[in-house]
Amino acid sequence: MSASAALAQFFAIALALALAPLLTGWVNMCRAWLQNRKAPPLLQPYYLLHKLFHKDVVLARGASPLFTFAPYVVFGCMLLACAIIPTLSTDLPFAPAADTIALVGLFGLARLFIALAAMDVGTGFGMLGGRREMLIGFLAEPALLMVIFTTALISQSTSIATIVDTLARGPFAIYPSLAFAGVAFAFVSLAENARVPVDNPATHLELTMIHEAMVLEYSGRHLALIEWAASLKLFAYSCLGLALFFPWGIAGSDSLAGLLPALPALAAKLAAGGALLALVETVNAKLRIFRAPEFLGSAFLFAVLGLLVRLLLENQA
Amino acid sequence: MIPVIRRILRAGIVSEPRPEPAEAVELDRLQGEIRRILGRALAIRQVDAGSCNGCELEIHALNNPYVNLEGYGIRFVASPRHADMLLITGPVTKNMEHALKTAWECMPDPKLVVAAGDCACSGGIFGESYASCGAVERVIPVDARIPGCPPTPRQLLAGILAAIGR
Repeated sequence: MSASAALAQFFAIALALALAPLLTGWVNMCRAWLQNRKAPPLLQPYYLLHKLFHKDVVLARGASPLFTFAPYVVFGCMLLACAIIPTLSTDLPFAPAADTIALVGLFGLARLFIALAAMDVGTGFGMLGGRREMLIGFLAEPALLMVIFTTALISQSTSIATIVDTLARGPFAIYPSLAFAGVAFAFVSLAENARVPVDNPATHLELTMIHEAMVLEYSGRHLALIEWAASLKLFAYSCLGLALFFPWGIAGSDSLAGLLPALPALAAKLAAGGALLALVETVNAKLRIFRAPEFLGSAFLFAVLGLLVRLLLENQA
Repeated sequence: MIPVIRRILRAGIVSEPRPEPAEAVELDRLQGEIRRILGRALAIRQVDAGSCNGCELEIHALNNPYVNLEGYGIRFVASPRHADMLLITGPVTKNMEHALKTAWECMPDPKLVVAAGDCACSGGIFGESYASCGAVERVIPVDARIPGCPPTPRQLLAGILAAIGR
């Protein structure tokens, strides 16, 4: 690993940590405007994290070490996910450490820990949230894997850096399979990030919650880590989607000259993506929980269609 | 979808300007820097300790785009563990006394308690009886009060902002 590659990797992680709450703030801001209200400050998520790190931690009676340990695991998983997803450059030293399948596994590990921690205290809403999260998870993960297999077949590799490199700098070609995969990925991202058709991140009604219901017992710095991890997850999914389906502007080298033009391109794409997410959340109503399997089933169907199109129609290369 | 977007665009931003600030509240337990940090991203847990729901209707109006509590970075949360402020309405009935104390104990420090409405401030028309403990401060310490029967959303907003020194 060269020094400049290590520096680029470090920069990518620092960028994810710093930008992730900003993306959440931007989505909240757009959503407030679409609700005809004056928006909270763009930096509101940072104020929230700052406040939570200044608060005490209150633990429920009977909370096991798993409960206090889980936020660190979840945060670590999301940080590692952000480290291997190409945000600015595809030349990342960490990329060979985990391929796309391992990336899905990382998200799965985080989900497992947060669901276990939710059940650990033994409150009714924690149990309910944990079980709903697993329901969403086992439907979303296969669809995500199918999307990834489609892109892996195009580039003949499961390494995420190679995939993005092929899509961004390979010979120009239009892949119909990617259109199907893109729709499936959008559905999965909405479900995985607890967004409106499946879950509502701004809800106060315990009976409709999925992600919120699992973190009801957390407070102080634990809650801060979980909120930050949720922002990082949204950032990771956004960057993954942008890298797979809109890979223009990602640098191929780790030199400063390559990274600098990639930064405004990423910022512009994230801003557009965040605004689109807020619009989707505004014009859609939340689905009944038992309709979520249909929603994710159609995501899986689209992903399989993409894979079939790739195998049957595009396989001449 | 198109009609919805068209209506959103036609309505524009409807949020009203900030209400006249209420009388400044002095807090002994919570001062200076920590009060400012708390106030920038305040999380409120509302507890109905036996109210007639008049105050709840007004509190609910805080979330609409006109009064727009969210625009100040303040939000309601679903768990006392996430909360910095307990917003209590109604005289504390004997049945809610234990629940109110538990909610207060569940909140992580630093924390605030605001009594909203005449009943929570003084016991109101219910007062103290075999079924009611009366004012909130007889059960847990109260930092700020918002009188009114019920207080209007703008009075509530001014009271909440005064309690966090904004």
